[in-house]
Amino acid sequence: MLALCIAASALLAACGFDSSGSDSGPDEPEMEGITLYSGRIAAAVGGAVDAHEAEVDRDVRVRFGDTADLAATLVEEGDASPADAFFAGEPGAMPAVAEAGLLTKLPDDILELVPPRYRDPEGRWIGVTGRVRTLAYSSDLDRSELPRSPLELTDPEWEGRVGWGPPTASLHEYVTALRLRYGDDVARDWLEGMVANGAVDYPNNVAIRDAIANGEIDAGLINHYYVAQAVAAEGDDYPVELYYPPEGLGSLVLSTDVGVLEASDRKQEAFDFVRSLLSPSSQEFFTVSSKEYPLARDAEPDPSLDVPLEQIPAPGGALFDVAELQATIEMMQEAGAL
Amino acid sequence: MAPATGDAARLPGRLATRRGSRVEALLGDRRPPAALLAAGVVVGLAALLPAAYLLVLVVGDAAAALDAALSSRTAGVLARTLALTAAVTAGAIAIALPLGWLTVRTDLPARRLWATLCTLPLVIPSYVGAYLLIAALGPSGMLQDALGVERLPSIYGFAGAWLALTLFTYPLVLIPVRATLRRIDPQLEDAARAMGRRPAATFASVVVPQLWPALAAGGLLVALYVLSDFGAVSIMRFDSFTREIYTTYRSSFDRTGAAGLGAVLVVLMLALLWVSSRIRGARAVHRLGPGTIKPATPYALGRWRWPAIGLCGAVVTISLVLPVGVLVYWANKGISSGSVSVATVAALGGNSLIVAAAAAAIGAVCALVVAILAGRFPSPVSRALERFSHAGYALPGIVVALALVFFATRAVPVLYQTLAMLVFALTVHYLPLATGPIGASLAQVSPRVEEAARVLGRTPLEVFRTITVPLVRGGVLAGSALIFLHAVKELPATLLLAPIGFETLATDIWNQTQFGFYEASAIPALVLLAIAAPPLYLLSERGTVSA
Repeated sequence: MLALCIAASALLAACGFDSSGSDSGPDEPEMEGITLYSGRIAAAVGGAVDAHEAEVDRDVRVRFGDTADLAATLVEEGDASPADAFFAGEPGAMPAVAEAGLLTKLPDDILELVPPRYRDPEGRWIGVTGRVRTLAYSSDLDRSELPRSPLELTDPEWEGRVGWGPPTASLHEYVTALRLRYGDDVARDWLEGMVANGAVDYPNNVAIRDAIANGEIDAGLINHYYVAQAVAAEGDDYPVELYYPPEGLGSLVLSTDVGVLEASDRKQEAFDFVRSLLSPSSQEFFTVSSKEYPLARDAEPDPSLDVPLEQIPAPGGALFDVAELQATIEMMQEAGAL
Repeated sequence: MAPATGDAARLPGRLATRRGSRVEALLGDRRPPAALLAAGVVVGLAALLPAAYLLVLVVGDAAAALDAALSSRTAGVLARTLALTAAVTAGAIAIALPLGWLTVRTDLPARRLWATLCTLPLVIPSYVGAYLLIAALGPSGMLQDALGVERLPSIYGFAGAWLALTLFTYPLVLIPVRATLRRIDPQLEDAARAMGRRPAATFASVVVPQLWPALAAGGLLVALYVLSDFGAVSIMRFDSFTREIYTTYRSSFDRTGAAGLGAVLVVLMLALLWVSSRIRGARAVHRLGPGTIKPATPYALGRWRWPAIGLCGAVVTISLVLPVGVLVYWANKGISSGSVSVATVAALGGNSLIVAAAAAAIGAVCALVVAILAGRFPSPVSRALERFSHAGYALPGIVVALALVFFATRAVPVLYQTLAMLVFALTVHYLPLATGPIGASLAQVSPRVEEAARVLGRTPLEVFRTITVPLVRGGVLAGSALIFLHAVKELPATLLLAPIGFETLATDIWNQTQFGFYEASAIPALVLLAIAAPPLYLLSERGTVSA
């Protein structure tokens, strides 16, 4: 049966069918370089990958997919993985891959590129960009009506008006941060309060943003760049705005991370790629194209983002722990949120 | 409805006597030929890979897997999933039965066109379909705007998941129902009518019993689809078993827990297969020979013509015109904003087409092997082969994909993430879609016909080539078309197992919708529909019509 599949594919190849895909641009370098598993889509990383290809004159082969699916794939592949580097779009995935012993320690010169709070304490992965977990609201609302903290969204006045994304990694990270900062009881009360208050479930951040835009809900817990990108695309009269509640873990920085695989036989090249992602030009690419915060020291965020990153809490090391994440999922399930 | 015994007596007497001993020698041997058996073993092993992967993980940490599978939470999710499965299956049958009858046996105007249009919703991926339903029927959707009402009842939850899944899976029942209706010899009905039965009573007592196998086969596919679907339930916010599996993978990074839940799905699948085969086994009977079926005289609808058109129109409107309308609207916006390149979409379409066609062809051959073994050489082993080969379809795509990642990196690393591996994965995933129709068409061919040919001196291979294959050709075409239609829109396995840089229409739609570029995703979605239309026409017009 597999032989049939091989035969069929060989036949297709013989018929001049190019299995290397449709989008290899005309100026793709011929020398083979590293293989990257990217949990971020082409539009979000393409510019940085292209720049690195041009610089080292080697092709970077990228497999795009859902971050968690790629993490699961890496775990199944083990030592046989064709990947040299992994770029995760959500913070929970890197610890899972690292705990399976699949990531190698990054050289110190790379780790030095980013402040300690945005990288693995053991140096197995490093943040590239920051996304801010915060509150988005409908322009129909007056800013003075907004709560001082997301914890106040359990108040009766917000009943049925707030959207959130129970299946999204960013909410899991936020709840984990709540647990670690205020304890399990506060986090559980908040979750139960949100459910009791009729918080509306959405499968992802885009759905939350669109639901605010079309009046389904008045506010939602979301990552900042979904709104920043829409504002950049649709203009200033886009009916959704960002708000960073000043109190009670009002917002939270979540990083997109990159790591190099222990099984890679191109580790030096992969390290170079990581350096390239943290170079000023790539950091600027992420800033402009995705409206994310650059995490390299000295890099400047997009001028449209009016709150400096230093003023937004970043998670401590324990947030990166898979066991903590699983405890959060369990709590969310018990509270009826998931 | 012929008796299965005693037809040897119909052979001319002298022939029967003269060749009696040889008939016995030939027909007494119920063991499959070695080549067929070998092929069956290969297909069986391949089809068992997803289930075997779950077994490896579950055995690896039995306590954790059992913990996940037997938690109190699992029971609730299981009950909800079963309720959804039953409701969608019932809904699909309720839509497919009248549509099938109207488009085959009545003088409904333009019935071939209706038949094709009613089959088309099958091509709309459930994640696209559910999203489009929300855009059309959800809060602040197009319908609400059009009606000018403040707020429509919420579409989310059970109702939305039921609606989306019913609307995009009922063709799985419609196709076998239509095929069976065409094959039912109308003389039985004529006889019933001649003896004074009224049309409705004739339908209930003569036609419906013959439709049971088709309803069981189609209903089974719908039920398995509901079990494994992630796209529609996640967008409609319905907490089903598969959504639970995804949460376990994606949020907790807990593959053992996910495997424990997957194993529960396999048990559910076996239960559904048992129910389906009981229904089929109790009622399926084949005609004696391939003989000519008298063409049915279309039933004159008379004044019921307009309500009939209204029913077809309503189904087509909500399951096809509405979603396609939204797509065209977005596509228009996408083209005018210049974000879509025709050359790129054409290349993506070519990739989708090639992979799906290869999976369809290989899947049909493999399914034929399974169907012949199970249908002609019944034994506990061949029955187990047929049942477990369904695992690929009952499990979520991510489980099938990870199973193949697991085995390919260990057994055939050279082939990992090649085109061959992708085609193999899609074949394993969708094999059961073809075993059903092929098995059904095989069941309609009396083994006596094949035996007669053997008695008359043909070798088994000749019999297979000249008798069996031509008679089951319709089933093979239908089966491969069904695989094609699913493979062309498959996402999780394609993302993980395709060669790097190999993009299809489905991966492009996924890529575009990640950041909400719905306009840009509309063109590939429409191309997907266009690619799927020819096989659908084949299914609705020629599919499963035995020559």
